[in-house]
Amino acid sequence: MTKPLKAAVLLFPGSNRERDVARALAGVGAEVEIVWHESARLPPGTDLAVLPGGFSYGDYLRCGAIAARAPVMAAVAEHAARGGLVLGICNGFQILCEAGLLPGALMRNAGLKFICRLQTLRVETNRTPFTRGYGAGAVVTYALAHGEGAYVAIAQEIEALERSGRIALRYCDAQGQASAAANPNGSMHNIAGVYNAGFNVLGLMPHPENLIDALTGGVDGRPLFEALAAA
Amino acid sequence: MKTRVVVTLKPSVLDPQGKAIEGALKALGFTGFASVRQGKVFDIELEAVEGEAADRLLRQACEKLLANTIVEDFVIEHD
Repeated sequence: MTKPLKAAVLLFPGSNRERDVARALAGVGAEVEIVWHESARLPPGTDLAVLPGGFSYGDYLRCGAIAARAPVMAAVAEHAARGGLVLGICNGFQILCEAGLLPGALMRNAGLKFICRLQTLRVETNRTPFTRGYGAGAVVTYALAHGEGAYVAIAQEIEALERSGRIALRYCDAQGQASAAANPNGSMHNIAGVYNAGFNVLGLMPHPENLIDALTGGVDGRPLFEALAAA
Repeated sequence: MKTRVVVTLKPSVLDPQGKAIEGALKALGFTGFASVRQGKVFDIELEAVEGEAADRLLRQACEKLLANTIVEDFVIEHD
């Protein structure tokens, strides 16, 4: 048997989804440790660092801005630079953008409302450590729970993301069309998640960890965690 | 020394909050408000730094934390 995936789930003051993502990871056989943000390093042997959802520092200043400057983030940057896997969900995505580990920024939803519901998404590429468990162009259902999820970046950056295939997920309708009507928050190009240049860092607004059990809405999120566990 | 940093969204970035405020002002009967954009003000008291050094320090603070320069501009004001 191969060594189980070792995951470090970072905990910032105001994170609130750390136990859900830890459960999703443990459910696929990963060894999970919750790591406090003041830690200067990740546990030895960490394969995957996870920045969970929530409201770190009460969203003060800008969502994720203060957490992005926490001591543990230098260790996350080093881990990412070494090719280590990093996953940021919702507030975790905002933190990764604020830390400069991913391009762009997440702004107030265009409709100004906090959105809390299920959402269909198109998996743009299944050739990454995160999405190998999905079919190419698969349409999946994850959960949305955010007030500031409108993805913006300068035009050249968006173009570069498109060209290099670094858009991970797009908001789409049930048929997989990434139309304006299927865009819940005003994100540019319906972007719901992006990769870094090395495809080892993924940030996404929707929550795959909500969809890991048929009893609670579906299992569309499970292949993401299974793919990571098999990485 | 008393200083002030004003952070605003870049003109190219949509500001739905500003739009909502603009709508509310119009609903209250205010006329002549062509547009409203919302920003942030930081009043900062500096110790033992003045002039250009203060400018440099505040600029660093803006670039490192107070503004997200991908989507925001900042202006530093002091005597």
